[in-house]
Parts: sequence; structure tokens; C-alpha cells
Amino acid sequence: MRVASIEFKARAGEKLADATLQRNLVRVKGKFAAKRAAAMAGFHDFEGLREAGREIRQRTLDDLDVWLGIFERSATAGGATVLWARTPDDINRLVLEIAFRHGVRKIVKSKSMVSEESSLDRAIEAAGLEVIETDLGEYILQINGYEPPSHLVGPALHKSKEEVADLFHRRHKTARKEGIEDLCLEARAVLREHYLTADMGISGGNFFVAETGSVVLVTNEGNATLATGLPRVHVAISGIEKIVPTLEDAATLLRLLPRSATGQPISNYVDVLTGVRGEGEGGVEHMYYILVDAGRTDVLASEVREALRCIRCGACMNHCPVYQSIGGHPYGWVYPGPIGSILTPMYAGLENAHPLPAASTLCNQCGVVCPVKIPLPDLQRKLRERTFERRLAPWSERAALRLWSWVAARPALYGASMRVVARLLRIWGGRERRIRRLPPGGGWTAGRDLPAPDGRTFREQYAARRRAGGKPR
Amino acid sequence: MSGGPGAIESNAAVRAAVMARVRSALGVSDDRAAAQSAAASRLAARPFGPRPLPAGDPIERFAARALELSSTVERLARVEQVPSAVARYLESLDLAPALAAQRTRRGVCWPELGTLDWTGAGLEIEPRPARGDDRLGVTGAFCAIAETGTLVLVTGAATPSSTMILPDTHIAVLRADRIVEGMEEAYALLRDERATMPRGIHFVSGPSRTGDIEQTIVLGAHGPFRVHVVVVD
Repeated sequence: MRVASIEFKARAGEKLADATLQRNLVRVKGKFAAKRAAAMAGFHDFEGLREAGREIRQRTLDDLDVWLGIFERSATAGGATVLWARTPDDINRLVLEIAFRHGVRKIVKSKSMVSEESSLDRAIEAAGLEVIETDLGEYILQINGYEPPSHLVGPALHKSKEEVADLFHRRHKTARKEGIEDLCLEARAVLREHYLTADMGISGGNFFVAETGSVVLVTNEGNATLATGLPRVHVAISGIEKIVPTLEDAATLLRLLPRSATGQPISNYVDVLTGVRGEGEGGVEHMYYILVDAGRTDVLASEVREALRCIRCGACMNHCPVYQSIGGHPYGWVYPGPIGSILTPMYAGLENAHPLPAASTLCNQCGVVCPVKIPLPDLQRKLRERTFERRLAPWSERAALRLWSWVAARPALYGASMRVVARLLRIWGGRERRIRRLPPGGGWTAGRDLPAPDGRTFREQYAARRRAGGKPR
Repeated sequence: MSGGPGAIESNAAVRAAVMARVRSALGVSDDRAAAQSAAASRLAARPFGPRPLPAGDPIERFAARALELSSTVERLARVEQVPSAVARYLESLDLAPALAAQRTRRGVCWPELGTLDWTGAGLEIEPRPARGDDRLGVTGAFCAIAETGTLVLVTGAATPSSTMILPDTHIAVLRADRIVEGMEEAYALLRDERATMPRGIHFVSGPSRTGDIEQTIVLGAHGPFRVHVVVVD
């Protein structure tokens, strides 16, 4: 997928001004967060669960080569073929080769974010094969000309039912439906036909279990169950970081993932799939895993390696004040929100995405809800430092920061200049004591007023209080 | 598109490159004996994480959780009562006009249930895997989970997953003594009773649902519109 993250600021501005999108955002705002809070309250030791989730994910990352080796041996013993992709292009090459090898014409696909990194669907279509996304949200985006997803869990939540109704009417050439239930029924009928006639199913992988060589798939729709159960070939694609040691570890993570994502104690369908069909059984004759690097090893070697613990629940974006105001599209690539602000610069290049770690108030709402305790604001801060060091930010911003650090490192000079600035701002604020326009921070005051200081700095007031014999409060 | 033939055959080199990059990122050498043995102990120990504190009868908890997830549950004394219970259940369905065709007396079942007297209950039930147009599928269950009201189905020649996922209505016949506490106990049963992993272990917690349009929950997204569990003592 094209990386448009460098245009974050302009696109965020467009989204703030987009009345339809703002209405759609308000409609879903807070629903996920409220459901998560209720689910968390219903579990006696959610903090213990988060700590266990962190430990399981970190354990496999710390010895990732060993766990990958164990997974590969188990999966192969179970009858699957394990393949590796170093780059996003490798994914597409492997999938097409598998398809040609087995005479595949039609592919049904359950959700895979990794495959969006490599624009797999378009590569399949370019090779003359048919591919159909089966997750309802992903299907809506596919028939809308591969519109990018805006959320990890609900990729089309930025659309209203009216927009979906228009889209179905246009693309299915059917009478326009009004209600959400009718829209779902229509999609069901269209997709049902594809499940029954597909030769191959592609899935992602929520977890790869090293002990058994299994892939764990989590859906509410049951689309992964159909897409991986009916066709004769199954390809499961996911990042190398998705390994967990045992089925029991997967069970622990499955207590965290749906609660953090949608507030459910369990998702409707959890499929643990291993190898191919047994004697006399229908379904999958050939199973392949594609284990994807595509930047994961760079993250593993970096100071933001903890981001690899992510289990893609979407809680960070559901609780992010920035994401909640602009939606997922301004982030400009596959992964939006706080986790996207780490993964996108790492996978697609900091030079292409440095506005993302800067687009955060560092409020740590994301950090406190993350089920595997990724310290997202700390990681954003580290990437901001790299942005500064690599001189990727605009010249004016770097000069301002350099001036600030030079002054702030000299206490006497800092105190004197703050005294001058505080007095100037007080005069600038006028009788109303509000600053409506501030030339160096025009972007900030464009949306709100700045309260004017009362003329004396904190250090002056502190010293005055000490002199007066009062206790510093 | 470059590539074509050869990407699979030449994949060993890609594997070596990725593994080398992982080791370099971790700052470790090729000798991983210590980490291998730590991993082996983890696999042998299979520790559990924090779990909910169970309280009360597992069968009742299973039923309560299943109801919360939009399944329905009834209890029967004997398996011979299943066909008439299924007939009653189908009669009782309150269907919207658009779904009226889902009231049916025909369906499919797993072979283990094929010997029940379905015709005596006025039903036509064939013991074969479901196809795309079958409206009713009756399955057994490998076991079930009290913690979440979840059915556990394990695929095999006599236990096709199509029967639970393709029809509009899924009815599962569950033996009361097969209700276990959590996923961990389901895995323990599987390890006890099966020599190898099946192709599919399916944890089913209610009907197929979606919230992808405006976060409004709609049942029957791709699979069953309803799941009815018959618990037999």
C-alpha cells in the first residue's frame, strides 16, 4: 500500500472539516471504550492478565529464532508447508506461485493486515485471478476501489449505512437497501456464493502456536471458518512476531484480545487450525504458512522493539483523542492510531512517516489500555528523537527546538527571558486576558484561545512566597 | 510481477536470511542450546495464566454465558428426546418476514446422530455434511466451556465443520458431562483422547455476527443466524 503518512497534517485538517466523517466518528465514538471498560471490570484480575500477556509475548520475542524453529518443525510435522517472506513482494510472489501450483482461479480471503502491507489483493488481480475479501468491513472497502482501512477491528467504521447502501446498490446492481440488517443479508448472499466456489482461502494469523504448529484465527462473523474450511488450499500469512509457545498461552491471550478489542469475553469463532484434512474428511488438502519479516527484524533490533508485542486489538486507537477526532485515514498506511505511529515509521521508513509519532499529546491513554503493556508514548518519544537527529522535521522546527534547549540549559538566562516573555504575553492578552492570535504558534491559536499569564513567572511567585515566610504550596 | 516458478523452491535462502536477521537483532550466536532448553521446559510445563474464579454449577454457568452470547439452551434427560425437541424448537422460531424460509423441517446431521428417530418427530434429517443450501445442521460437540458458554467442535470424517457453519440454524447436542471449565481443560481432554491435532478445533460462542456497519450488531453475518444447544444429561 502507498505510504501517505507524510501528508498527515493536511489530511487531518481535511478530515476535521469533513462533516460526514465527523458525524460517523461521533456515532461510534466511545462505544468500544465503554464496552472494554465493562469487560475489564468483569474480570477479577485484569492487571494480572495484562502482565501475563506481556510476559508471553515478550518471551517469544526474546528468543524469537528458537520459537520460530519450533513452530516450523511442528507445523511441518502436522502436514503444512512453512515458507518465509523477507519483503512484502516476497509475500505476493509466494501466494501467486502457490495459486498457480494448485490451479487456483478464485481466492476467498479473511482479514489479514499483513497482506495489506504488500497490496496482495491487487497483485492477485494483476495476475488474472479473482480474490474476494470476506470480512464485511474489508469487503465494503474492496468494492469501493480498495479504500484503505481506518480501524484495525472495524476497517469500515468511518462509513455510514447510507454510504454502504449506495455502494451496494452501485456495485451489486440491486435495489437500494435501507436498513443495516438488509445490507448484511445482501452481503451474505453475495459472499456465500464465493465461499462455495473458491479454490483457495487466505487468512491472517492472530497467533501461531509453536507447540502444535497451529494458526489461531479470531472472528465474530465466522468468515475465517468458512474461508479456511471449504476451499482445498489454505494459506495463512502473518508476521514472524505472532508466535506464542503453547495452546495454553494462546488461551490466556484470548482472554485479553476480545475484551480489549470489543469488550467481549470471547469472540464468536475461534479456530485453531493445524495441517490438512484427515482421512475421509472434506476441506483443505494443502496448507501453507507464510512467515513475514518485512521490517519486523528491524523493529526487533531497535529501541522500539516492544511494539512487536502488539496483538492488534485496536484499544489504543479506541482511546486516542487524536484518532477519535480524525479517524484512521490521515495516518496514511495500514496501521492507524498510536500503534500505527510506531509501526508505520519502522516498516515504511521514518522519512516517510515522521509526522505520526509527533501527532500525539503523549497522554498515555493508549499505554494504560494496551493489553500487552506496550509503552506507546515512550516509543513515540524515541521516534521523535530520531526524527530530530536525522533532521527530518522542518528547518524552523529544528531551529526552535535547538534555541529552546540552548536557553533551557542556562538557568539565569532562562529565568530572565521567561520574565520578559511572561510580561509581554500579559500585555498581548489585553483586558480580556486571552490571547487570540500568536504569530509563532498560529496553528495552535487557530482553533482556540490561549489564556494569558498574569505577568509573573512561576519561579518569581515561588521566590516571593518564600520571602513572605509562607510555605510553598 | 517478477518471480513465478522458483519462489517456493528457493525459499530456503529467504529462511536463512530472515533467521540470520533475527539472531543479529537479538545479538545472539548460532549456538542456542540454553534458549532451546528453556523453550523445551516451557513447552513441558504449559503454565496457565490468570483465569476467572469459577463459582456455581458448571452446567448452569455454561447455559447462562451461552444465553448472553445469543445462543439458546435447553436440557433433556435422554438423547432419544432430541428429535422432538428440535421439532419444537423449529416451530417456536419467531422469524422476520425476510427470513421466513428458514423455518424448515429438513436438514443434515453428524452420522453419530443419524440413528435417532427424526421421521417420528416429523423431520427429514440426512446424515451427511452440510452444503451451501442446507438450512438446518445438527451436530454433536467434542466438549463445551463453562467460562464463556462456548461449544468446542473438533473436525474429522464423522464431524464435518460445514454442518455447524453453513446452515442458517445450528443445533448442537452436548452431553452434560462434557462441560469443562475453560479452554485449558478442553485442550487437556483433546490431549488425553486424541493422538494428533485435528485439522480444526472450532470454539463457537453463539451465532455468526458482525458490527462492521456503524457498530450495529447483526446476527447471521455469514454463518448461522441462531445456535441452539441441547444439553443431554
